Amino acid sequence: MTPTGSTAPAIAIDGLRFAYGSGPRVLDLPSLVIARGTRVFLHGPSGCGKTTLLGILAGVLHATTGSVRVLDRDLVAMSGAQRDAFRAEHIGYVFQQFNLIPYLSAYDNIALPCRLDARRRARLGSMSLDDAIHEVATQLDIAPLLHQQSTALSVGQQQRVAAARALLAAPELVICDEPTSSLDSDRRDAFLALLAASVAKASATLLFVSHDASLGARFDAQLSLPELNRAARQDAA
Amino acid sequence: MNVLLSLAWRSLRNRPVTSMLTVAAVALSITLLLGVEQARRGMRESFTGTIKGTDLVVGARGGTLQLLLGSVFGIGSPTGSVPYAVYERWTKHPAIRWTVPLAIGDSHRGFRVIGTTPALFEHWRYRSSGTLRFATGAVIASDHDVVLGSEVASQLGYRVGSNVTVGHGLNAVAGLGDHESHPFTVTGILQATFTPLDRALFVTLDGIEAMHDAGLAGAAGGGAMPGAMPGAAPPAAMPGAEASPAMPGATGPAYTPPANIFQDEPRALSAFLVGTKTRFETLRLQREINQFKGEPLTAVIPGVTLAELWRTLGTVEGGLRLVGALTIIVGLIGMLVALYSSLEARRREMAVLRAVGARPVMIVSLLVLESGLLTLLGCALGLALTMGGFAAAQGMIESRTGVHIAVQPPGTLEWAYIAIVLAAGVLVGLVPAWRAYRSSLADGLSPRL
Repeated sequence: MTPTGSTAPAIAIDGLRFAYGSGPRVLDLPSLVIARGTRVFLHGPSGCGKTTLLGILAGVLHATTGSVRVLDRDLVAMSGAQRDAFRAEHIGYVFQQFNLIPYLSAYDNIALPCRLDARRRARLGSMSLDDAIHEVATQLDIAPLLHQQSTALSVGQQQRVAAARALLAAPELVICDEPTSSLDSDRRDAFLALLAASVAKASATLLFVSHDASLGARFDAQLSLPELNRAARQDAA
Repeated sequence: MNVLLSLAWRSLRNRPVTSMLTVAAVALSITLLLGVEQARRGMRESFTGTIKGTDLVVGARGGTLQLLLGSVFGIGSPTGSVPYAVYERWTKHPAIRWTVPLAIGDSHRGFRVIGTTPALFEHWRYRSSGTLRFATGAVIASDHDVVLGSEVASQLGYRVGSNVTVGHGLNAVAGLGDHESHPFTVTGILQATFTPLDRALFVTLDGIEAMHDAGLAGAAGGGAMPGAMPGAAPPAAMPGAEASPAMPGATGPAYTPPANIFQDEPRALSAFLVGTKTRFETLRLQREINQFKGEPLTAVIPGVTLAELWRTLGTVEGGLRLVGALTIIVGLIGMLVALYSSLEARRREMAVLRAVGARPVMIVSLLVLESGLLTLLGCALGLALTMGGFAAAQGMIESRTGVHIAVQPPGTLEWAYIAIVLAAGVLVGLVPAWRAYRSSLADGLSPRL
């Protein structure tokens, strides 16, 4: 069942609609396809449904109607537990801020996905968890910070720790929800360069979300969610 | 589970003040609940274990509890005096195997002096048929001999050969009213029994009489009178009792003893212990003594009277248990408030956990583990406080009440209390856990704070 090696798109959405409870429709996406191994930049202003879409792709939110296939697996058909397991095994997620568990060290934060889910751990193969953590930390230039408490790190360092956690054990899909919005431009550029290199090394698909359209040039493809999302267009109208 | 346990532990350590206060609240409430139970159990075992093998305690007519507590446990005053002739009469009863006379009324530096016979050392049993053993020396024989309980010897630093002067009355102040003209010499020291005997001095009945005779002879005016137990409550007036002439040797105004003193007997006792030939005869003998027309007496079966005491104390114990239970509820509510109020600030943490693969049931487990850990720590600390508290206060309790409360590991009931509290702590954790579960589903990966 592991989608690794499949030629199917990393993300394939068809007729997706979503609303929070009985509230207004937040997402109405007729179609969206993202090929494997690409680095896609998804942008749009605040409130256009970016984070909601990411929640659906991560399997935390459940589509009201439509088809959502991630790594050739139909998330809509999965139970909540199956989606949780799928996310734990195949997806890395980076938040905008407050990314880390405050009472854990950088090392323990990075180790968390593998410790919470045995299948994610199994992706390491013969490599030990400790080796894997040091490898990804070295890539992101945070190896000296591993044993510091996460609250002692700067925002930029925290974002790199969060990226290391998302990239640990080479998930096929890495989702980043505005991870650079709280960084200054120098730190933002450095972070994006490290992220791009790490994703390329892991051969992962990257879906990077930001409201800052100027970042789009650094990615393989750019998508404007307000243009894709009919619900957002209706709101704007 | 290990990962979640580790997360729960670190999460609690991340909030040290709240966590410690919650643990302290649970610990104090557990201490109260277990303390009541330990005190209840210890007190019962101490009382029940003090006197074994004695079938009846007989004293002057009065309250059964007062008789037992005053004569055996050294608490309060005996009910009155039993004329020695009356005692002698009963020793010849065919149902009686042995008797031990007790004359209580004097003291030495806060410790009771008991006039008795060597039969006490032979027949007194405590706890599981423990017999009185001498740490050093030998039993009383002459009217100048005194045997010390272990605590008397250790606290006052006496050894065999030391001289002891007995004071008049149960609360004698050293130097005031001492029977200095009749000093005693320590002939033996008993091994510790952890009963009130450890806090008593034992002299012969002759010694008591001689001491008072000597005191009376040396006193100018009113002093102790022979035949009545100093410190003992006077018995009810006896029909036929007459006033006596002035005491021989008295130089003051003529002494007129109260009408309840037998003039034709040299001694009176506070009580006497009875061992019957068969247990079957105990009840019949008790009834016979209680209905004896020649002298108003009260005979009590120690176990039955103690059961009355426990029934009386049962209401108080129940009240204390209720207070303990209520404080535990308060402690658990405090924990609930602490966990619940922290949830709002932890919604992002929950979202991060969900994003890295934690299932909703893991979020629930994390919160339940946190409450379980807090309760477990509270119970462990409470247990340690209870045991440590009793160990530390043991000496003080014993010296103030005469009751030895042994520090014992928790019994079945205490473990049951702890188990109930632990279960309640876990159940309490389900409330914030359920909220965290719901909000983690509703928030998804983007808590709206």
